[in-house]
Amino acid sequence: MAKIRVVIAKPGLDGHDRGARVIARALRDAGMEVIYTGLRQTPEQIVAAALQEDADVIGLSILSGAHMHICPRIMALLQEKRLQDVLVVVGGIIPDVDVPKLRAIGVRGLFLPGTPMQEVVDFIRTNARSRVESL
Amino acid sequence: MTRAPSAADTAPPPAPRGSFTTVSGRPLAALYTPADISTLDYERDLGDPGEFPYTRGIHPDGYRGRLWTMRQFAGFGTPEQTNARYQQLLAAGGTGLSVAFDLPTLMGRDPDHALSLGEVGKCGVNVTSLADMEALFSGIDVAAVTTSMTINSPASILLAMYLVVAEQQATLRSGSGQAGWQTLSGTTQNDILKEFIAQKEYIYPPRPSMRLVTDTLAFCAAQAPKWNTISVSGYHIREAGATAAQELAFTLRDGIEYVQYGIDAGLDVDAFAPRLSFFFNSHSDLFEEVAKYRAARRIWAHVMRDRFKATNPRSWQLRFHTQTAGVSLTAQQPYNNVVRTALQAMAAVLGGTQSLHTNSLDEALALPTADAATLALRTQQIIAHETGVAGVADPFGGSYVVEALTRDLEDEALAYIETIDRMGGMVEAIERGYPQREIADSAYRFQQAVEQRDRVIVGVNEFVEEHEPIETLYIDDSVAEHQLARLEQVRAARDADTVRRALDRLEAGAGGNENTMPLLMDAVRAYATIGEMCDALRRVWGEYEEVAVI
Repeated sequence: MAKIRVVIAKPGLDGHDRGARVIARALRDAGMEVIYTGLRQTPEQIVAAALQEDADVIGLSILSGAHMHICPRIMALLQEKRLQDVLVVVGGIIPDVDVPKLRAIGVRGLFLPGTPMQEVVDFIRTNARSRVESL
Repeated sequence: MTRAPSAADTAPPPAPRGSFTTVSGRPLAALYTPADISTLDYERDLGDPGEFPYTRGIHPDGYRGRLWTMRQFAGFGTPEQTNARYQQLLAAGGTGLSVAFDLPTLMGRDPDHALSLGEVGKCGVNVTSLADMEALFSGIDVAAVTTSMTINSPASILLAMYLVVAEQQATLRSGSGQAGWQTLSGTTQNDILKEFIAQKEYIYPPRPSMRLVTDTLAFCAAQAPKWNTISVSGYHIREAGATAAQELAFTLRDGIEYVQYGIDAGLDVDAFAPRLSFFFNSHSDLFEEVAKYRAARRIWAHVMRDRFKATNPRSWQLRFHTQTAGVSLTAQQPYNNVVRTALQAMAAVLGGTQSLHTNSLDEALALPTADAATLALRTQQIIAHETGVAGVADPFGGSYVVEALTRDLEDEALAYIETIDRMGGMVEAIERGYPQREIADSAYRFQQAVEQRDRVIVGVNEFVEEHEPIETLYIDDSVAEHQLARLEQVRAARDADTVRRALDRLEAGAGGNENTMPLLMDAVRAYATIGEMCDALRRVWGEYEEVAVI
């Protein structure tokens, strides 16, 4: 099995990157290939990074409340680029009322404050598209 | 929400889990004795409150002469919505205002910029032009309150807006052209270094950013002498994952950097140093936090007297604001956060803070509701008026453990400060990514300790149970529509030529050595927007992008 490839991104204007960085390290320590995009990425930049890096997973860290603008845009761009099999997960502060809305547009993992890192690792291992080493 | 205690709750208490370390990972002895503080010299290391090196506080009578300022950080949605919250906080006995701005304002973008999509009014109030600042302080006498503004990269722009509002109010009151700036009191955070280190809301590269800061130091020393120009902030450094010692060290080293840049810009140290203040976190480890504040005062007094040769005792005295630790709040069992905040607030008071913000119980979920914000304020009032802790100055002075921790934190911070001095200063250390890396390492270590349940977080990794969701504040998109409409009105009503000339003058001044503050004031008076002013500076200085490392 090849390593799961994860793009961790921080969309929007917010700079609070503690969560993104901690999760990036945890996934890397769990044996995944992690690409951290850095701050203030547009949906277009994030999807382009996923395409270029051949990512299996996109992990978004959003604390600012802009998720209902950012996530639909990213999901639409993934459709457009035929990247529907990329697993999208979001971590951050997401009001309860928005959780079903995000699930409905295809965000499969939602991790709210207090989620153990191991839970995120396990979720990604279980749900990322299977990647068989082509020999 | 509540349930009857179960047998498990009332069983004999188990031994505490985990190792005996502070929340920063510092090992603690089971007992401290006189042997732990045998080298302590009262006159040299402590002094009475109000005496150098101010370890025991800057006021001889502690809080008896004056309580700390209960300053609740608030801002959301439109200026009108936030104005209503301020009126409510003042009516409830709040004694100072503290403005939280939204991300477009913090990043110097107008609401119609592509990057502002979905962010307008979400994390704070949106202020795009003078028209918004006028609405924000409508019906509030800025001469009678002190206002703190949490704004950094565009700090001088928001300060300029506030000064113009003060000018308008003073003119209305007296009919004369007196600006009322001589007595105007308040604070701009204006601490760009910690943005590069921790919070990451920077616009320009470090060096031109420092130029903007020194411009405000020079301008205020002459024009607004009671304005607190910089609130050197450890809060965000701690929230990003730093230990107590790292928070202490990086914050004080940032303070040293500002003083050095001010002196290098030709200012007399005693002309601006008394108006520098500090802003610390209050985390959950009570002894360590009290020790941190005491160590901060002692280090700063020596730095200012011995390193910078300041002669005004007010330059030696470290004054600070405190906010309880947002990062310690949990989304699980949110009512537990009331208790956490109360204990953290107690530590800040025991450590001698000059002003305090207590977080609301719902802040791991959303911006606070009005009820939650009122409860947070009541928490401070209970500490002030019911517990008796405000009656005695530095009540932990002489405690074996707190004195030992004060010394240990001081030693650890001084070692960091020396390391950064050897790198050439904080700007150089930031350019190398040094403090950023130290903090990221600490954050990861802490998270691992939580995962391994070496560190118990009640309701998260121990004592877990389901809870009913609580009501939270939801900011909808009508705020963005409101602000976009006002922006359109402002652009239609102002004189386009005056705006253009002011922005051209700003751009030219930024390219030279002129103080940018008067140029910004002119642009503000012409109703130039924050995006227009920041773009003028972006054209000269460019934008900073950090190298993303995990």
